[in-house]
Amino acid sequence: MDISTQNTEAPPPGPQPTAVDRKRAARSASRPGDRIFLGLSRGAGILLLVIMAAIAVFLTYRASLAISKDHGNFLTTFEWNTNIDPPVFGVAVLAFGTIVSSIIAMVLAVPVAVAIALFITHYAPRRIGGTVAYVIDLLAAVPSIVYGLWGALILVPHMNGLFGWLNDYLGWTGVFSWNDGPPRSMLTVGILLAIMILPIITNVSREVFRQVPQMHEEAALALGATRWEVIRMSVLPFGRSGVISASMLGLGRALGETMAVATVLSPDFLIHASLLNAGGGTFAQNIASKFSEATQFGRDALIASGLVLFVITLLVNGAARLIIARRAEYSGANA
Amino acid sequence: MAKRIDVSGLTAYYGSHKAIEDISMTVEPRSVTAFIGPSGCGKSTFLRTLNRMHEVTPGGRVEGKVLLDDEDLYGNGIDPVSVRREVGMVFQRPNPFPTMSIFDNVAAGLRLNGSYRKSELSDIVEKSLKGANLWNEVKDRLNKPGSGLSGGQQQRLCIARAIAVEPKVLLMDEPCSALDPISTLAIEDLIGELKERFTIVIVTHNMQQAARVSDRTAFFNLSAVGQPGRLIEIDDTERIFSNPSVQATEDYISGRFG
Repeated sequence: MDISTQNTEAPPPGPQPTAVDRKRAARSASRPGDRIFLGLSRGAGILLLVIMAAIAVFLTYRASLAISKDHGNFLTTFEWNTNIDPPVFGVAVLAFGTIVSSIIAMVLAVPVAVAIALFITHYAPRRIGGTVAYVIDLLAAVPSIVYGLWGALILVPHMNGLFGWLNDYLGWTGVFSWNDGPPRSMLTVGILLAIMILPIITNVSREVFRQVPQMHEEAALALGATRWEVIRMSVLPFGRSGVISASMLGLGRALGETMAVATVLSPDFLIHASLLNAGGGTFAQNIASKFSEATQFGRDALIASGLVLFVITLLVNGAARLIIARRAEYSGANA
Repeated sequence: MAKRIDVSGLTAYYGSHKAIEDISMTVEPRSVTAFIGPSGCGKSTFLRTLNRMHEVTPGGRVEGKVLLDDEDLYGNGIDPVSVRREVGMVFQRPNPFPTMSIFDNVAAGLRLNGSYRKSELSDIVEKSLKGANLWNEVKDRLNKPGSGLSGGQQQRLCIARAIAVEPKVLLMDEPCSALDPISTLAIEDLIGELKERFTIVIVTHNMQQAARVSDRTAFFNLSAVGQPGRLIEIDDTERIFSNPSVQATEDYISGRFG
């Protein structure tokens, strides 16, 4: 039943509204501050959606121009020849390289980042924790080209020892076999990306761990939990969704990282079973290295690969949201 | 099973601030002792020194002795973790682990102490939930999250979790102050049953509650804000509420201040 129609049919019982009441009601209905703020926030929300839609439309349109003329299979071809007629190009190698390097980065960075965040919030004396947090913040401020140069000039030459060791002991798996080539490979890229995404994962995890309510930690302590058991029973479960979000932020950066990868990787258009042999490529690296010299059609083809990266990123974020939502009933936010 | 607590000359600090000074008292096994007194008089701080939770607060430190039967909780080489396994605690706000089911909440302390077979674990969980008068309300949804229960049920869940590990002493820090009157009554009835098995110490702001549930009552007070809290007197509850030996106690109880 609608309240407003009810009111028009039968005037409400009780004392009639006075002049002051009516004035107050009129004032609250049209308070200018509220209206301005409502307009601003609603406008910002709509603008965001419009921008996202515009990006999607732009990518899809330009991509369709290129893909319609592709004589290879756009998803499975191991080639990127946009200057020949008919053009043949595909994103298989780029998708593989992007996903593999990001997985390596996540595997290396997430445990270390969570450990650093726990150290800062739950183990270190306050002053040391603050210093470590500050240094990590600084790490986040380093531009990616600087990481790229550091990676190419310092990290790559120092990878030979590790690669040799991996080849000696794990070479039989194929994944860690090495042809003694320059270590400008997926593993090196993954390690560099891990360092680059470490700060964001650490910082967000740290904030989440800091917000664990005292009473949850005391609940564990009062049962006779050691410090590690408190972390396991209270801190990690509470911070779980936050750590997943933090990892997704890091993953987003790893998936889209351009300059650092382009500087370190020695690309080719093959999928290498070994993570140690130079070669492969990623979406962003491929776009950056080919874009300036590409024809109009070549640019459309690169934009088509960008669209695939866009879709992968959306899928990854959706998956993360699903993981968080599935456990919402048990989330720390209920407390 | 239940043990006697014997405190002598206990002083507790937050950094350089002295929170309570020179407290001595004895708490008999299988009895309920209530701590009353105005806000800030240190009764919660004192309670938290009895299971070494006070030192968890940054800057928290304690001087003096707390004997559990004959063992000094602050003696050399005593691990605070093992103290807390002997002296359980229930907090002001119900704090079940939000990410755990009802069953896992009760089993949490047991799993810390060692490995149990599944059947053993279920038996202890059932017994503890029955002990906390919660079994009938939750037996059909043991796998649902504990945070879905009402406030009063959550507090009884916390009591079940605390008694599952068979502590010698159960400390309760204003366990009913966040609950409605009916839930409060349920907890008070429960305290009456639990004292058959445990030594219970309860901090409360509610003097009627102290009068209802406790055998002995301790009155704490502080001479001025910023001064350390002190134990004014401890006596049989009946005597404290009818004929206390210190004037300040009578003033507080009759509502003349505080």
